[in-house]
Amino acid sequence: MSTPLEDMMAVTAARALKGAKNCFVGIGAPSTAANLARATHSPELVLIYESGCIGAKPTRLPLSIGDGELAETADAVVSVPEIFAYWLQPGRIDLGFLGAAQIDRFANLNSTVIGPYDQPATRLPGAGGAPEIAAACRRVLVMIRQSRRSFVAGLDFRTSVGFGDGPGDRRRLGLRGGGPEMVITDLGVLRPDPETCELVLTDVHPGVRVDEVRQSTGWPLRVAPDVGMTGPPTEVELAALRRLREAGKV
Amino acid sequence: MFESPFTSRSGRIVPLAEAVQALVRDGDIVALEGFTHLIPFAAGHEIIRQGRRRLTLVRLTPDLIFDQMIGMGCAERLVFSWGGNPGVGSLHRFRDAIENSWPQPLEIEEHTHAGLTARYVAGASGLPFGVLRGYSGTSLERVTATVATLACPFTGEQVAAVPALNPDVGIVHAQQADREGNVQLWGITGVQKETVLASARSLVTVEEVVERLELRPGGVIIPSWVITAVAHAPGGARPSYAAGFYSRDNGFYEAWDAVSRDRERFVGWMQENVMDAGGAAR
Repeated sequence: MSTPLEDMMAVTAARALKGAKNCFVGIGAPSTAANLARATHSPELVLIYESGCIGAKPTRLPLSIGDGELAETADAVVSVPEIFAYWLQPGRIDLGFLGAAQIDRFANLNSTVIGPYDQPATRLPGAGGAPEIAAACRRVLVMIRQSRRSFVAGLDFRTSVGFGDGPGDRRRLGLRGGGPEMVITDLGVLRPDPETCELVLTDVHPGVRVDEVRQSTGWPLRVAPDVGMTGPPTEVELAALRRLREAGKV
Repeated sequence: MFESPFTSRSGRIVPLAEAVQALVRDGDIVALEGFTHLIPFAAGHEIIRQGRRRLTLVRLTPDLIFDQMIGMGCAERLVFSWGGNPGVGSLHRFRDAIENSWPQPLEIEEHTHAGLTARYVAGASGLPFGVLRGYSGTSLERVTATVATLACPFTGEQVAAVPALNPDVGIVHAQQADREGNVQLWGITGVQKETVLASARSLVTVEEVVERLELRPGGVIIPSWVITAVAHAPGGARPSYAAGFYSRDNGFYEAWDAVSRDRERFVGWMQENVMDAGGAAR
């Protein structure tokens, strides 16, 4: 079951997709948001899944990035070498969508291990397509639930690069995409400061206090002087979200 | 003269057990590919039944089939880029092997999808290494010995280099073969062609054997003369799917979470459904 704050996260992420022509989608929350965007304001949005499906138009939420419906409804299905080499790598994709287990103040992401790499407390799935999505897409959105366990002062492993150790690092590392522009959590929205690249809380979801967000962050969180509030989900958004979820039930 | 490792293949259609017996040896590097679609479960189960040991298993997305092979003690090493139960969560046998060395230690070599794919492409191309824009600034650069940086000889730009991957055996599942052992797959075709072409020996399991292949939209044909053996294994990709034959059993993927979480329950399940079910897919 989804909670109101999870719905808020999906709706906020879907809204952030306005204006994007195409989007490289991971499974889970990003896929929900991208499909919600297609079902509401952006019916022309081209969804690209790393399984090689370009222009997939699923009517229900897929469980995996390679569900049959993605291939059946796609404009083109290409091989895995092709999706990464010809489509993602050259910087053709407007927007990439990532999740992670940990994030730091420069929006670097860990989806590999909790604890030491050689003796992990928790082994996570690993990189998949994320590092190259983070490197190559023009814009990157991150969706992650916010807590002191996930918003940490130091990552246990840097799977995907946000802004590295700060200003100038992306250029130095040869990462050609723009880097994360929004981090959407179940509490609000953070954006990187254009000067310092450090994440700043810019919006909270309805009913969430700035204090709560601070307490759910593992570093002294910077807060914008004029913190906004995300608009509550509309009836249209909630109905579309319900339809996608209902149709996706096994 | 240059000795190519890629000679003397026949694409002969043989029973699955016989093919695995002949092609897969203890200690081999074995790739089983299929990107969510056409995952070669039947072949993996046959490897488990035949008790192969000390394998280096290679796969972009070690999902349930590798969870089973690792949990049954087939593997001492894993080369991979994403190890999870898609849309569900963890692979508990994979985690238990890495976190607790059960049933034995599992050494890992970890990449990104793009990087491991570049290794396959270089292997299929007969090149010593592949290049890509990748890994820069990540911890993978530090922990994975098979990632290096290289200056472009023309511009000096830094790119990532990864060594070619040439498995001893490459195994994939496809929809069709004809009687000569030519193979066709369609839908999401992943990295399967590269796996067959990069491997010293190759096995393709198929849903059906037909008189003649008719090219499908988006179909990939792999000629018999680059395949070592073909085995007829209807349903051989279940619980993943084979476009045109059956759909993904999402319920099984969800149920696997509980089955695999507990060592004893896992072993019991494998005994009943794989070890004692020998021959089902032959």
